[in-house]
Amino acid sequence: MSALFDYRTCPTTGLRVDRNAEKLIKANAVVAVVFLAIGGLFGLLVALTRWPAVHFLPADWFYLALTAHGLDVLLVWIIFFEMAVLYFASAILLNSRLAGPKWAWTGFGLMLVGALITNVAVLQGGSSVMFTSYVPMMAEPHFYLGIILFAVGALIGCGVFFGTLVIAKRDKTYDGSIPLVTFGALTAAIIAVFTIASGAIILIPTLLWSLGLVSHIDPLIYKTIWWAMGHSSQQINVSAHVAVWYAIAAMVFGAKPLSEKVSRTAFLMYILFLQIASAHHMLVEPGFSSEWKIFNTSYAMYLAVVGSMVHGMTVPGSIEAAQRSRGLTKGLFEWLRKAPWANPAFAGMFMSLVFFGFIGGISGVVMGTEQINMIMHNTLYVPGHFHGTVVAGTTLAFMAITYLLVPLIFRRELMMKKLATWQPYVFGIGVAGISVFMMGAGTLGVSRRHWDMTFADAALPFDYPSAAFLMMGLNGIFACMAALGGLMFVVIVVGSVFFGKKLAEDEKPSYPEVPPDSAAVGHYGSSESLRIPGTAFLVGIFFVAFVLYYFVNWKYLSEIWPLS
Amino acid sequence: MALTPPSERIWWRQPIAKIELIWIFVAFTWGVLMFFMMIYWHGAGEQNLSNEAYQIKPKVFAEKAQKMIDEYTVREENGFPVVRPPAGSDVYLIARLWQWWPVLELEKDQSYRLHLSSMDWQHGFSLQPVNINVQVHPGYEIVMTVKPDRAGEYGLICNEFCGIGHHNMVGKIHVVE
Amino acid sequence: MNENNNMDASASDDSPAPEDIPLMQRVLDNPFLLLVLGIAVPAVFYIIWGIIEITQIPIAD
Repeated sequence: MSALFDYRTCPTTGLRVDRNAEKLIKANAVVAVVFLAIGGLFGLLVALTRWPAVHFLPADWFYLALTAHGLDVLLVWIIFFEMAVLYFASAILLNSRLAGPKWAWTGFGLMLVGALITNVAVLQGGSSVMFTSYVPMMAEPHFYLGIILFAVGALIGCGVFFGTLVIAKRDKTYDGSIPLVTFGALTAAIIAVFTIASGAIILIPTLLWSLGLVSHIDPLIYKTIWWAMGHSSQQINVSAHVAVWYAIAAMVFGAKPLSEKVSRTAFLMYILFLQIASAHHMLVEPGFSSEWKIFNTSYAMYLAVVGSMVHGMTVPGSIEAAQRSRGLTKGLFEWLRKAPWANPAFAGMFMSLVFFGFIGGISGVVMGTEQINMIMHNTLYVPGHFHGTVVAGTTLAFMAITYLLVPLIFRRELMMKKLATWQPYVFGIGVAGISVFMMGAGTLGVSRRHWDMTFADAALPFDYPSAAFLMMGLNGIFACMAALGGLMFVVIVVGSVFFGKKLAEDEKPSYPEVPPDSAAVGHYGSSESLRIPGTAFLVGIFFVAFVLYYFVNWKYLSEIWPLS
Repeated sequence: MALTPPSERIWWRQPIAKIELIWIFVAFTWGVLMFFMMIYWHGAGEQNLSNEAYQIKPKVFAEKAQKMIDEYTVREENGFPVVRPPAGSDVYLIARLWQWWPVLELEKDQSYRLHLSSMDWQHGFSLQPVNINVQVHPGYEIVMTVKPDRAGEYGLICNEFCGIGHHNMVGKIHVVE
Repeated sequence: MNENNNMDASASDDSPAPEDIPLMQRVLDNPFLLLVLGIAVPAVFYIIWGIIEITQIPIAD
């Protein structure tokens, strides 16, 4: 490992930027966006097929496309981007060199090769087993092999992140504790290690089973451990996108966390308890006790939910405080009205925050209630929920920060600024529509992962209510809107990265505009004089919505057949 | 700011703003309430999924189901036997590629011990329009007591992906007065 | 943005001795302790407890 530290000094932030880290961030982010485009295209095909009036793909292609969609966006896009976030939050924010860049490149290579192998396996048609690949349904061996290679590569990336933390501390490249954003990234990395280890533990024997070397994989044990990967991998996203919210609030507003103690303790709740909610997927399985279900599904008395609700207040609260310190003090919402809504980094981040809380967050807690899960399990409510968390939450936040990374890391001026202004709205509202209408269809009983909701070829007839068909049509329309937003993002980012105006070494980018005094805002009011009435009002609305929706679903539950 | 180390070296002793403390208190209390709501429903609610489960070989489960079918079949419907087991009895429902077997006829307001298991891959018991959803595994049976409280014809669809015929896997439960 | 990027080693001279730092802050400043906790809690409560329950499912008679 070379001790040479080849760096440039960032003209905007004054940070030393390790060129190795910078190259790795670029590579991971570019590959991430490519897989977002591929996976998004498959998603559009899925939505068009589930639109009853269009019913685009034949059944076998539908199940193939759905498998590819899940893999490419839920796993590949997001983990590649998270690698970029980890390297950014460690080497760049800590002003340090990256530990073992060769290892980082090895990890990158393994992830890329693994993702390609699994994609080939899916496209060959013999592995349309869905993202979850529940045994005893069997995929081709290279389907599992690709995921395992991808996971090992990601694990190496996490190792590089931890190594960088060690080096930065040893070399005293920063003073005191790591920045809050880095702490959020650390949370993501910790959850990632658990996630990836769980994946390896279950997929390696499954690979051997598909090769005929192991005779039997227990379907319940498989499912339990698989979801330790499958659900926790989405918790990596939550941690990473919350870190991204804080980062954007800092970069756009110069916002300072309201309280380091509160925000970090909220992340600690994630580290300890977020991952046990993998039990959300096991609430209607045979054989678990209600004690196990209740403890795990509630993240140990909802402590991780408290964490999320805290972030949901401190992120907008820190923005409000920063805006008020600039004199935007009129009424409850002048700070919000006069926020830079034309800046896609802010617009994307704020919509991500709102949609994640109101759509993804509330629905997740409701659906994860032991008994209520019974009226939602495996209906379209489930993808409705996680499109609210992972797409409207994570993907939108990652898109938002990309608008800042292009000038800062890729050193290119953003192209098509007008289009960029619109992009978060088109994508965000499209995805919010997808989530809401899928949840609506799920409430009416429509199954997820299902090619034909008319059951035209079934031996016994069954009809969903006509409202369900309306929901799926609306879902299709909003999916087209989201796909358009996704396409806009890919065009803007790929265009800017390859053809944008190059910035000179010491040139500050002109866009997105960072408020000129943002660096000075770090030291507004102490805790005694903190006034964030607008945020208090917003979280009040959130809380009322949460409570009402929660009890409405208990009411729905109470109307089904008595069961015991 | 969030991108730089905390400005106070010992940030743990910094005071927390009142508004944050209130929100933490509200969120925590709400969490505790939601937690105890699940426990409360076990005592007070009528809709609790049974956790009674057994390991069972598909062949053994199929034999039990066949015995019930032989004994209580009352008619046929589209090639499916329609079975009307006595109230309170054990009822076996087979999930297999790509059928729910047999069709059941249950009496309103009577309880039945419903046994579910799969012969092959995982399936999803999804009873419509009541929207009751339970996962069905091969090698395990889940036993739940159901008490249909409205007469009518219920569709039974599969909502766990089980291969290319998944969307044709439709069964039926009749609930009669 | 660079308010705290003080590369001057003397800055750390006025930082408090480690024993003055509250315990919880020291915990939160220790990534590897957090890593161990973040793996142990879900491994014990979700995976191990869950698998014990699966293996104890009785065999049907």
